[in-house]
Amino acid sequence: MTVHASWYLILGAVLFSIGAVGILVRRNVLVMFMCVELMLNAANLTFVTFSRELNDVAGQASVFFVLVVAAAEVVVGMGIIVSIFRNMRSSIADDIHVLKG
Amino acid sequence: MNLGVVPTLALVVPKINYWAILPDLILIGGALAVLALSSLTGRRFPAIWYSVSTAFLALATLGSALYLWFDITGKHHHAFVAIDAGIAVDGFSQLITMLVAATLFLVALSAPGYLRREGAGGPEFYVLSMLSASGAVLMGSANDLIVMFLGLEVLSIALYVMAGSNLKAIASGEAALKYFILGAFSSAIFLYGIALTYGSTGSTNLASIANYLAKNLLEHNGVLLAGAALMLLGFGFKVALVPFHAWSPDVYQGSPTPSVAFMSSVAKAAGFAGLIRVFYSALPTLRLDWQPVLWVLSVATLLVGSVLAVVQTDVKRMLAYSSISHAGFILIGLVAANPSGIAGSLYYLFTYSFLAVGSFTVVALVAGKGDSNHSLASYRGLSKRHPYLAAAMALMLIAQAGIPFTTGFLGKFYVLAAATDAHSYALALIAILSSVIAAFFYLRLGVLMYAPDGGELAVAPAVASGSASGSAQAGSASSAAATALAGTELLDAEDELLPVTRKGSWFAVPDDRGGDPILDDPAMAGSGVALVVSGDEAISGEVVNGPGAVGELRAPEIIDVPSSEKAGRDIGAAISIAICCTVTVFFGVFPSMLIDFAKQAKLLF
Amino acid sequence: MMSVNFLAAVAHVAVPDAVTFAVAAVVVVLGAIGVVATKSPIHGALCLVGTLIGVAVLFLEEQADFLAAVQVIVYAGAIVVLFLFVMMLMGVDREESFKDDPMKVQRVVGIIVGACVLAGVLILANVQWVTGAHSANAPLTGRVSNVNDLANSVFTVYLLPFEATAALLITAVVGAVLLARRRSVVPLVGMTESPEVPPGSPEVSPTELPGDDGGSVAEVAPGGEDKDQNEVVSQ
Repeated sequence: MTVHASWYLILGAVLFSIGAVGILVRRNVLVMFMCVELMLNAANLTFVTFSRELNDVAGQASVFFVLVVAAAEVVVGMGIIVSIFRNMRSSIADDIHVLKG
Repeated sequence: MNLGVVPTLALVVPKINYWAILPDLILIGGALAVLALSSLTGRRFPAIWYSVSTAFLALATLGSALYLWFDITGKHHHAFVAIDAGIAVDGFSQLITMLVAATLFLVALSAPGYLRREGAGGPEFYVLSMLSASGAVLMGSANDLIVMFLGLEVLSIALYVMAGSNLKAIASGEAALKYFILGAFSSAIFLYGIALTYGSTGSTNLASIANYLAKNLLEHNGVLLAGAALMLLGFGFKVALVPFHAWSPDVYQGSPTPSVAFMSSVAKAAGFAGLIRVFYSALPTLRLDWQPVLWVLSVATLLVGSVLAVVQTDVKRMLAYSSISHAGFILIGLVAANPSGIAGSLYYLFTYSFLAVGSFTVVALVAGKGDSNHSLASYRGLSKRHPYLAAAMALMLIAQAGIPFTTGFLGKFYVLAAATDAHSYALALIAILSSVIAAFFYLRLGVLMYAPDGGELAVAPAVASGSASGSAQAGSASSAAATALAGTELLDAEDELLPVTRKGSWFAVPDDRGGDPILDDPAMAGSGVALVVSGDEAISGEVVNGPGAVGELRAPEIIDVPSSEKAGRDIGAAISIAICCTVTVFFGVFPSMLIDFAKQAKLLF
Repeated sequence: MMSVNFLAAVAHVAVPDAVTFAVAAVVVVLGAIGVVATKSPIHGALCLVGTLIGVAVLFLEEQADFLAAVQVIVYAGAIVVLFLFVMMLMGVDREESFKDDPMKVQRVVGIIVGACVLAGVLILANVQWVTGAHSANAPLTGRVSNVNDLANSVFTVYLLPFEATAALLITAVVGAVLLARRRSVVPLVGMTESPEVPPGSPEVSPTELPGDDGGSVAEVAPGGEDKDQNEVVSQ
């Protein structure tokens, strides 16, 4: 039929790991947030693959909701970033250290 | 692909039991109504009405949850699932709903004073807190991982904004950013965990997962384990368990204090509710796998939380670490994984939320205008300046330390009893050790407030955290400004400058009792200290014609606190604190009612 | 290990599918690496588009037509554009230097953690990923497209989450409005109520400001006169 599902799932795991590493490694908040999107996409790919393998619609329905969540998250995230940039004019997380840690 | 006639599908919409989702409907509908009202009236609506209507809606939510509670605990009734098994209406979900509603009520009462001080009118804070509460309620009653995820997102997204809602403070924006990035990260992890769990069990419904796992022994349960671990990671971030706690002190410190009061109790309650539902009711078959992990997390959380709280000099950070250590206690009930453990955790969550709201409300009042006096030194001699405030704070601290005849003691007692029931003696010992350490910093703050030499030291009102450039400077409004600058005593180890000026020697302004603008008499009102708080992070203070000042003196980055607000203005906060104190003492002395309540709050599955 | 099973599975694969998968997978992984590794966030966003479209192709491969379309429309069309919009608007395409990094340890730790996560997931899943109950909710019929199945599911089994998304979107809108609103009025000393001035109000005109770059400071006279303090958001 098609490519074995495991390849899709491994691709999802790889994508998820790249996203997670990106968040830990990068300091630019926009890039960090893009890495979150990568992780959400990895989850979506996993959901769709399981959905096909299990012949069950629930996985695809979940992806539908994840898309809504991603959109809502990005709206608020951009709002926060914009409101910070008005004060700081920098997108590098290290430049922002009023708070310790 | 054949493009034939699309068959007409009979859509069998599930029966919607509106009673079952009544608390959520009230919260979301109320939020929309408040929002619509404020836009239609063009913001000419008196700001206090937002608070009143939010408090009223919170009470209505509480009432509806109580109604459902009596409905399902009645003789001929029982817990049920509603809307195609999307949510479970059981004692557990109703207890979480009541907790959230009570917190919302208290925060709605105490917020207007803060918002007035910060000049942030408008309904947004209330609308967001109601929406956030609806997410928490949804999460507490979710019977499906997708519902839980959406509840978590509604809760978190509203909280991110609430953390950053003080647009004038740079720290608030930074707190929001940090919370947002780590929150989104943890949500993504949680989601991937859901995906793996779905793949390995074939469903996202908690009851179906439990059912499938009870009937099938998975030969390869690696994916399921990975999914469970990732979900645990996601919850761990939300409730700030120790390896994932790093965001919490920063976010607590930077966020507006009413938002912190709200998030510290609601986010924790919702997070633990989700954790209990997923692990205790959906994955009980994996208990031998998750119990040791929770044990380790619990120990780490207990110890790190209390040890790091000791070295804090900022009260909000201290309370953040103390809330981390409380999370460790709540986790003990889960490690015990028996009904009495769950009841203990719920009791702890319920009483902790009152303690958290009460403490942070006091903190907001002590912080005063600008929401910046959070150093320990601001609390020195508080009992002289505000005896009632100090007494309330002392009660909150005593309860959090776990002194008998308070709810805090009983909470610790019940989870420890559950742990010993489950033969986790080591865990119980570590918990006691942690609470001894914790008692130290609670009592230290208490002693500071009641210190006999409290009157000697007048804490300067100028506590400005560092600006973007990180160069915090502080000056004091005296004729010898240079002396003051040079002699500013640095108490703080955390790059936060804390000028402590000795009254009479350095501080020329007579009768300086700064740092307590809310309830204090307007002693300095006539002294002509003008407030200049710029919208930006560089806070400039300009003292004009101060009694001791020689002409005009510009001291960069001072917040001079105006004491023009009359004593006792913040009635809402006073009521809120009074309720928290009453609950803490009353249920500390008469515990049976509340513990029965927690014991009856059973999970459906 | 998995390789034996996989090779057996791969042997039966029809060529076009495998090729499509391979190409899409390469695009996805390269795009993801690009997001993490490029210095400029703009380049990162463009790499993200590659990944998203690659994932959409994979969705198509898995007969999730509707989701593939939505993926392109929502993700590539809206979310990435929003990213780029913010970058262009705020002028934050500053490059991040990888050399003088204060967090080198964190970087190493991050890569190790990522590798461990990946290895952990792969080892845990060594043979069998899909262990769940089949068609627990509703089977995918594949009649015309999966839109029917999806709609059926969303409006029946997932009715409650569908309604919950309404709360989510409202929250996002209220939050974005609150955050993005210009801080027009600053509290005035002695004022009990501070009516918010709508953004379009004449009082917020930037021309009234003292010519300060960004962080403007207005002063309030000792008497607490009502003089608005405004804030410019300079470009």
